[in-house]
Amino acid sequence: MKTLEYDVAVIGAGAAGLATAKVTSAAGYRTLVIDREDFSGGVLLQCIHNGFGLHHFKQELTGPEYAGKLESEARESGADFQLSTTVIDLKPQPDGRKLLIALSPSEGVFQIYARSVMLAMGCRERNRGNIGIPGTRPAGVYTAGLAQRLINMSGLLPGKSAVIVGSGDIGLIMARRLSWSGIPVKAVVEIRPFPSGLNRNIVQCLNDFDIPLYLSHTVSRINGADRVESVEISPLVNGVPDETAAFTIECDTVLLSVGLIPENELSKKCGVAINATTGGPLTDAWRMTGVDGVFAGGNVLHVHDLADFASDEAALAGMRICDYLAGRRPGREDAVTTGANLRYVTPNRYIPGEDIQFFMRSMVVDDNAVLLAELNGVEIMRKKLRNVAPPEMISVNIDGKLTQSGGELRFSLLTGGDK
Amino acid sequence: MKRKLICIACPVGCHLTAEAVEGGNIEVEGNRCPRGKAYAVNELTDPKRMVTGVVRCDSPAVPFLPVRTSEAITMKLIAPLLAELRKVEIHCPVAAGDVLIRDFRKSGVDVVASRAVGK
Repeated sequence: MKTLEYDVAVIGAGAAGLATAKVTSAAGYRTLVIDREDFSGGVLLQCIHNGFGLHHFKQELTGPEYAGKLESEARESGADFQLSTTVIDLKPQPDGRKLLIALSPSEGVFQIYARSVMLAMGCRERNRGNIGIPGTRPAGVYTAGLAQRLINMSGLLPGKSAVIVGSGDIGLIMARRLSWSGIPVKAVVEIRPFPSGLNRNIVQCLNDFDIPLYLSHTVSRINGADRVESVEISPLVNGVPDETAAFTIECDTVLLSVGLIPENELSKKCGVAINATTGGPLTDAWRMTGVDGVFAGGNVLHVHDLADFASDEAALAGMRICDYLAGRRPGREDAVTTGANLRYVTPNRYIPGEDIQFFMRSMVVDDNAVLLAELNGVEIMRKKLRNVAPPEMISVNIDGKLTQSGGELRFSLLTGGDK
Repeated sequence: MKRKLICIACPVGCHLTAEAVEGGNIEVEGNRCPRGKAYAVNELTDPKRMVTGVVRCDSPAVPFLPVRTSEAITMKLIAPLLAELRKVEIHCPVAAGDVLIRDFRKSGVDVVASRAVGK
């Protein structure tokens, strides 16, 4: 059996994995990037719209352009690629190395020994089963990302008229994509009282096409024998669908944009513990999981709303992989905890006295909030945040000088009267 | 008449009000940067949008090539542009940034490839 040996094996060649590979290969560590698709880039290749790269490259790019730049950087730094290859198992070895069992049409089954592993498998879409929409089970119900792939990569149209469930950015982008492809979008239905996507996408993807957005509404039924014929939409009253006020919209296609799930089957196989809130691995300050030498970043760690943040986070993990390979270890690490109005903070630990970047998600909508960092109950930093909302991730850098004494580092979000 | 707008120049999404006043000027409020004012003026005079799409490509591995406009194009030309994109077929190889349609209907806007495809 073919056997490869590397310092770093990066699983997944998307926005996260490519950014890690650039960092580790540029530092001189032999790096292999593995992806199950025939091309690197991950989901970016089907995200043909613009809006990528403003943070990571300081330039507005389309998804394929962003992926192309990341791939060039990784290749120029010397990373090797093994595409059309699926990693089916990941096993820590007694000597500290990790054994990856991989599968590809050209090689069959082969193995890769790596001194460290970067988990960068991204996430997958929640589907109808995850949200339990009642009704019949006709053809014509797609996740938004699947429809996006069909239109943008295979040139196939998913139907003739559509209703989109969920107002996240993927759903909004698809509303415009369908409209431009000649498929009228009859409605976007959002269960929450506010849109999940960015305002700019409400304007250029819905308002430009006069697509109605029903907030605090839910699809209470999908009708149709072989193909979707209509959907029933009900307003939510105190969180419960009011079916007496339900109305029906005829359509032959339903797109679901109802959230993403980090793809951690492989992580679990090798013993990585998962954070129940994020669905991603629990990590230390270096973004190393509970398994020595196995790191994580990007959407496999927690779902990001910008590809740029996934790349930034994975590049940080890449720097720590270099430290790890050079024989350094985090040393003392203290706990990071989640306070008021925040759903989660990642990473889950920090190193006292060292600069660190955190990503966190709000549970509330507020246009004038304050993020508070406390060390052992004493305020060490406060930052005004103009627009906080659950769909928009908060990123904050904490100066090492502020945390020298160590102890519990707690983040909370002050809103309204709390300030 | 005052028009309420949400700026799309960047992800912040400022809420703007814009009004045409005497002398042909447009007054803008609520913007946090100059791009917001430019956006509002454009919205009242000649709204423009970036357009992205795909065109046929003769590569078996990449049968549809993603493309974008070189800059935002007037909304009046979006429908004709989309119709034109349906007719185009590209012969690979092509590099990201290659101009596929130059100066579409004298708008000054090109259509460029947004992905590289080998032979």
